[in-house]
Amino acid sequence: MTTATVPATADVDAGDLRRGKRSARPKLNRTLKYALLLVGVIFVLIPAYVLVVTSFKGASDADPSTAWYLPTEWVTDGWVKAWETLSPSLGRTFALVIPASIISAVMGSMNGFVLSRWRFPYANLVFTMILFGMFIPYQAVMIPLTQLLQNLGVPGGIPSLLLLHIVYGIPICTLIFRNYYESIPTELIEASRMDGAGLLRTYASVIIPLSAPGFVVVIIWQFTAVWNDYLFAAFFSSGSNGPVTIALSFLAGGQLTDYGASMAGALIASIPTLIVYILLGKYFVGGLMSGSVKG
Amino acid sequence: MFKRIKSWGPPLLLVTPSIILVAVFVYVLIGQNLQISMTNKHTAAPATKSVGFDNYIRLLQDDDFQHSLRNLGLLTVVFLAGTLIFGFLWAWILERPAFGEGFFRSVYLAPMAVSFIASGVVWRWLLSSLQTDQPGGERASGLNRLLDDVGLGFLQNSWWSDPNWGIAAIAVPAIWQLSGYVMALFLAGFRGIPDELREAARIDGCSEWKLYRHVIFPQLSPVMLSAVIIIGHMSLKLFDLIRAIVPDANTYAIQVPATEMWVKYIGGDYADSAAIGMIMLVLVALVVIPYLVYTSRQEKR
Repeated sequence: MTTATVPATADVDAGDLRRGKRSARPKLNRTLKYALLLVGVIFVLIPAYVLVVTSFKGASDADPSTAWYLPTEWVTDGWVKAWETLSPSLGRTFALVIPASIISAVMGSMNGFVLSRWRFPYANLVFTMILFGMFIPYQAVMIPLTQLLQNLGVPGGIPSLLLLHIVYGIPICTLIFRNYYESIPTELIEASRMDGAGLLRTYASVIIPLSAPGFVVVIIWQFTAVWNDYLFAAFFSSGSNGPVTIALSFLAGGQLTDYGASMAGALIASIPTLIVYILLGKYFVGGLMSGSVKG
Repeated sequence: MFKRIKSWGPPLLLVTPSIILVAVFVYVLIGQNLQISMTNKHTAAPATKSVGFDNYIRLLQDDDFQHSLRNLGLLTVVFLAGTLIFGFLWAWILERPAFGEGFFRSVYLAPMAVSFIASGVVWRWLLSSLQTDQPGGERASGLNRLLDDVGLGFLQNSWWSDPNWGIAAIAVPAIWQLSGYVMALFLAGFRGIPDELREAARIDGCSEWKLYRHVIFPQLSPVMLSAVIIIGHMSLKLFDLIRAIVPDANTYAIQVPATEMWVKYIGGDYADSAAIGMIMLVLVALVVIPYLVYTSRQEKR
């Protein structure tokens, strides 16, 4: 990739060399730049290629030695089998993801508002304590957590997971909303206060109407996080009442793995989050930023 | 007094449910976990007595657990290095308007939307350990097969099956998944640097390289810190990706505290399992608490 620029500078005198260097440099940069970008694209797309290609292969076709080639015959057996195995869990996952995202978003919004715009004593300490909940390894609470849910009588599977994702979603939702509300001008809130509105009225009539972008970011974040969760799912559900990640790990983890079906299954399990990402990609990035304590 | 309640009451009303939930589900449970970790509940039978920090001392002296910790360290170093290099390079290139910028950004970020379980399905196959020059090698698959096909057969290796360095192979899919995230962080960092700063440096006769070296890169250190904290603590918690690639969690080569915790839990050894959880918590806290303190100080300024 550098060969194009080397001869241009090799056989000229010093004066030209400097000029040559100057004009050659952007070219070199550009070639190098796109080469690096392309390496990245290949790195990212290799697994995607394998997933798609293998998912359309028949059982006899999915031999390791020809795994990099296109299918000799495009069949949808793998997709059919994967769909049959995964579809019950897909329904359960939607029933989990939607309420979990909405409820933790609402709680995050209330916290974020109070912690950014209507502070009380020790608000900062409270905020930091909540935030730490985002970083803890859940392994450090898992065993007493199983006992707590048992004592509370929460059934395993979706009800347990719903509760857990709401609770452990609070820190990140609070953080995102707090950062978002910091950008709302104080004047708006002061004006509302001057008009005699209390906190609840201000929240309902001034803050909520301004919150749509915050909700989009938080819901995208929670949707992907809950959809993709496996740790809680592994501890609190089984194949018959678990979400799609559990079903997929059963489909793919057996002794006699049907490569076509498991790769089709991986694609099916990724489609909802990828759709969210494609449709709302702009906000997705915003969500990722907010996830980094201070983006 | 009444006036105080009136001004603090409503905000507390809104945040109290969350505070209670977080207090119970995070702090009370951590306390209970600590308690369990100090009992002798190593089998299905209930605990009979408290043993203090004995479980911790035994675990930390145990060869297997030391291997887990070493694996975790290695995984974290490779994971961090990989995501920082890719993420930084891509962000640096895309920082200046480039043709197809939106396309590249979207492609790099897309793996982030996919679960470790789903990506593990394909990476398990890509990181298959059979090599073409081994007995039965005609059935070699994944990256080993690809490397052989393109004439780089000498790069074939046993990936995650190697007991000493295998864990580093697990970092490859992790890097694949999160480099785009780090790129997004750095991009935001680059974009946050005011144009005036660049102009001023250029007027002072700064070359482009010097501009980056002395003006722009130093401004990115908070972003770098965020990335290190986020990736570092993700690496510590990494469990699903390892499970997806190596379904048998009790595999020596890829054992890390998170998988060992699961294995002990399944085996009914709640005391050891809880102790491993606490050790993970301490490791996270060592990194995250100074960071939280640092950011909250930054904000006050």
